[in-house]
Amino acid sequence: MRTYWRLLLAGIRRQSTYRLAALGGLVANTTFGLLKVAVLFAAVRAAGGQLRGYDVGAMSAYIWLSQGLLGSVNLNGRTDLADRIKDGSVVVDFLRPLDVHAAAITTELGRSLFNLVPRGLPTLAIGVLLVGMDVPHGVTGYALGAAALLLGLVISGATVFLVGACGFWLVETRGLQVFYLVLSGFLAGLFVPISLFPDWLRTTAALTPFPSMLMYPVDLLSGRVVGAAALGLVGQQLVWLVLTLAAGQAMTRAGRHKLEVQGG
Amino acid sequence: MSEPIIETDALGRDFSVRDGLRRRTVVAVDDLSLRVEAGESVGYIGANGAGKSTTIKMLTGILVPTRGAARTCGLRPVADRRRLAREVGVVFGQRSQLWWDLSVRESFSILAAIHGLSPERERRRTDELVERLEVGEFLGTAVRQLSLGQRMRAEVAAALLHSPRLVILDEPTIGLDVLSKQRLREFLLAERAAHDTTLLLTTHDMGDVERLCDRVLLVDRGRLVFDGTLTGLSRTVGAQRVLVVDLAEPTPDLAIADTEHLGSEAGGLRQRLAFDPEHTTAARVLAAVTERVEVRDLAVEEPDVEDVVRRVYSARGR
Repeated sequence: MRTYWRLLLAGIRRQSTYRLAALGGLVANTTFGLLKVAVLFAAVRAAGGQLRGYDVGAMSAYIWLSQGLLGSVNLNGRTDLADRIKDGSVVVDFLRPLDVHAAAITTELGRSLFNLVPRGLPTLAIGVLLVGMDVPHGVTGYALGAAALLLGLVISGATVFLVGACGFWLVETRGLQVFYLVLSGFLAGLFVPISLFPDWLRTTAALTPFPSMLMYPVDLLSGRVVGAAALGLVGQQLVWLVLTLAAGQAMTRAGRHKLEVQGG
Repeated sequence: MSEPIIETDALGRDFSVRDGLRRRTVVAVDDLSLRVEAGESVGYIGANGAGKSTTIKMLTGILVPTRGAARTCGLRPVADRRRLAREVGVVFGQRSQLWWDLSVRESFSILAAIHGLSPERERRRTDELVERLEVGEFLGTAVRQLSLGQRMRAEVAAALLHSPRLVILDEPTIGLDVLSKQRLREFLLAERAAHDTTLLLTTHDMGDVERLCDRVLLVDRGRLVFDGTLTGLSRTVGAQRVLVVDLAEPTPDLAIADTEHLGSEAGGLRQRLAFDPEHTTAARVLAAVTERVEVRDLAVEEPDVEDVVRRVYSARGR
């Protein structure tokens, strides 16, 4: 356990060395946040101040929370694992007395957690100061929101790991990454809240792990979903957590038998 | 007799290679049976693509064998990979096991945590390695900013941090300058003497084999073709030594009995004569040369690994 804790810290430390990248990310997050404010607020107002349960305060919370989590939830499909399989350095991972799958997700979680500080919190602060937004209700709301956020980050790491692990068979996974980039952002509710989707698309999204990464944590952290419904979302997250982790374990095991080390 | 530290039985691995549109199977390692006792120091040599790295990756549980079986440190490499990782330290000359964006010190401390070293043991072993490999001066530097020589020393320290019983080095001196090679070899000898570590190394460098190994394994096309001492290997293939003579005046190509004239430089001022130590001696060749022309300086070149390997391969018909 101490080992994985140390790996988590290492993930945080590694990310902390890229300060300029964090600043760049923050600027991008904020700019697109303001863009979303313009478009989505107009939509809410055009609908008479209420759009599928979203008023301006709820919409603002959705926008700034989802933008703030962009540095932490991996919606671009890129993984260290994919690169390491491609250049062969994955052999080093297999030389360690570690579960390769667990170690990769732990490191990715460290990166995610670190990014909450230079990218998540400032984005939220800017949103609150410039626009104002809803917040969770009471201690339970915050606690459930935090739990959903943590679950979302692990699910994100576990799902994107699956894309990287396809490299055991394909070696080159860039095409898959692009596919993931397009699909995950949309179905996770990055562009518009999932509640605004037509019914069939909302159902489709619910059959993927993507809403668990971003939409559900945002719903809980903004206080939009409370009580039994909130517990229901966390329950769905737990199901996806188990499924994605199990798939990752199985793929790592099968992938090892397929592994052909690139570059000698 | 105690259990061998490495034992393989008819070990083999195939790869499937895309060749245009077709896929064909390449046999990287075949029918490899060998045994290495604890405390030995073994050079595993062969041309590029002979199957050296593939063997190492099977011995450490990274690659799954297609055929046969292996046991390393008494464990099954693939099934017991994680337990085995605590017993083995591996240096891949071409790959890094340090964290590119972190300092050497931080990399060491993460590795210590990965191997579950107690704080006391971590401190003692880190101090020992830092001192003997002279890593201290760049302990706080980010790994990506190290020179190759510095990085290799840090890599070796990283691989040995958990005091493995078996140390496997895949091209450890590749790209290093003479001084760095020398230091690394001295360290490995001292480490072996102090902890009775078993060494298995692949290399293209004759100096590595000469200085570090008391046994040589030669592979060709995935098969073991020689197992013995380096002297034995040179003798088997009749590897030639070369006498290089610097002459007082430009001389036409010398024709000396039992030698082969390899070439002349500077208009015949320096000439290279190859001879087979089984048939004649350096002294006899030198005497024959001195009879004809005044010799100002001389040197004797030993056969290098490449040469020996080439001879074995050509004797095997390739």
